[in-house]
Amino acid sequence: MNMTRAGEPMSRTAGPTGVRAVAASTRAELLRLRKWPAMWVLAGVWLALNLMFAYVFNYIAYATGSGNFGTGEATDGLLTDVLPDAIPRIYTGGLPMFGGAIMMILGALAAGSGFGWGTWKTAFTQGPRRLTAFGGTLVALGVVVVTILVAQLALNFGASILIGTVESQLLVWPDVGELAQSVGGGLLISAMWAAAGVLIGVLTRSPAMAVGLGLVWSLVVENLLRGVANLISELEYVTNVLPGTAAGSMAGALGATAEGDGDGAPGVLTVLSGASSAALLVAYLVLFGVVAAVSMRRCDLA
Amino acid sequence: MSETIVVTDGLTKRYGDQLAVNDVSLTVRRGEVYGFLGPNGAGKTTTLRMLLGLVRPTRGSAAILGAQPGSPAAVARIGALIEGPGFYPYLSGRDNLRVMARYQGVSETAVDAALERVELAGRGGDVFRSYSLGMKQRLGVASALLGDPELLVLDEPTNGLDPAGMADMRRLIVELAGQGQTVLLSSHLLAEVQEICDRVGVIARGRLITESTVVELRGASAVYVRAEPVDRALAVAMRVAGEDAVQLHDGGVRLDLAAGRVPELARGLVTAGVDIHEIRPSERSLEDVFFEMTAASRLGSEEER
Repeated sequence: MNMTRAGEPMSRTAGPTGVRAVAASTRAELLRLRKWPAMWVLAGVWLALNLMFAYVFNYIAYATGSGNFGTGEATDGLLTDVLPDAIPRIYTGGLPMFGGAIMMILGALAAGSGFGWGTWKTAFTQGPRRLTAFGGTLVALGVVVVTILVAQLALNFGASILIGTVESQLLVWPDVGELAQSVGGGLLISAMWAAAGVLIGVLTRSPAMAVGLGLVWSLVVENLLRGVANLISELEYVTNVLPGTAAGSMAGALGATAEGDGDGAPGVLTVLSGASSAALLVAYLVLFGVVAAVSMRRCDLA
Repeated sequence: MSETIVVTDGLTKRYGDQLAVNDVSLTVRRGEVYGFLGPNGAGKTTTLRMLLGLVRPTRGSAAILGAQPGSPAAVARIGALIEGPGFYPYLSGRDNLRVMARYQGVSETAVDAALERVELAGRGGDVFRSYSLGMKQRLGVASALLGDPELLVLDEPTNGLDPAGMADMRRLIVELAGQGQTVLLSSHLLAEVQEICDRVGVIARGRLITESTVVELRGASAVYVRAEPVDRALAVAMRVAGEDAVQLHDGGVRLDLAAGRVPELARGLVTAGVDIHEIRPSERSLEDVFFEMTAASRLGSEEER
């Protein structure tokens, strides 16, 4: 076999196997995700939303003394929310509903588009097993999600340091343990929604259908069900374990203000404890990933 | 006998009530260009998909390079272009190939060589979306060539190409075959298969009607005679070639006759006082053969009912 200087083979007589094969597929997928404008648009939209709602609007409200969204809250409270030591409780506030929706679109587009473009077909005729190639996609999406959340963290720090400095506040750094918990919780919420998007993308085989159905579910259906559960208490057993409930409760447990508390973020709940919501998020993440992988492995690519 | 690298045994695919592929058993040998010939909708693409493991057969089995379809041992050694090229529209041609090279685990330096091969090197930086149909098709072939596969599976590679593009594609395939590359190629164009293939499998309505060499398919050589008076020429031809081997054709006489017996025919015609305007070999085109066979198979299946 001819070898290049980099040590990679020129011919494909024996493709990589095992972990190396997944790594090869992940590298392939990362290249095409990195160069996909849609990824950058989604990441940019989420980071901009986060910056606006967590920092810009609150700071403007504080600076103009108009209270938080007209509720007349003491403006000092607004300032403490946008300083560095508040990051652990602010970080996940927008994730259950808005960030989660963006992550779901990301997963649905990444998995669903390949059917129409014929790129799944092309990828599956390159050598790796279907599960290997699909595993590479999941890992690559994981990398994208982590990158977005790290960028969000950096942005939050930047904004809060800037505001703290402008307002001549003493910069108190957040507790590292709390911060790690918060980022971990945010990752679980985001990864779960992205996996949900991948699953709908694989099942519908169409990005448009997947995005549409996914958004209707996360933004509308779950809320409606929770509303109905207020009337029919038996339904609560179901609504308490929905993906959105788990995501919202995780944010609530991490200190984000729940939607019921007047000025809380939509989607943030206090239904489940932190531990149960984390367990439920992991369960959904694994379930969505496994069901997507199994249906991908079995399906005919016609 | 050369090594067989594709064998299928009773391969069948059913979609609901529709039998897309019915009991197809074919063989491809190492180093040959195998033409898979049939009209649109005959089951060519479905068969090729089953060979690549993209679609599961309802019945029957296949072995490619000694391995199961869809297993890495098979797929990693096949380069394929199935039913049109499937690439990321927002990536350049070169980046699309880089993605595929990464999936294969082969060096990305192979990408430029593959682009060169299909004469896309100059447009490799342009986004796939902006390519013409012919360029997309060529990129598909370049992707199939990545990593020097042992078997090249090309599903209608000249689809959508203009005549010059078709000629280029054929030249490329002939060139690859000259280097010992095994090619399994599907086509609905008889002339194309006739021109570049060693062996042909003819498929119609899901069934493999025949599998043989192009020469065998065309059958025995024939001769066309234009002479006057025709009736006297016909009588002489019948005497020389036998009554069943002669027919009136295009204002002249067409007879199944070995090339070595043409002088005898000419002498007979001259002796009988016939004026000869033209004697030339008349080969049956694959097209004639194909229509005969598909008509026969249709007749056969109608009788079965």
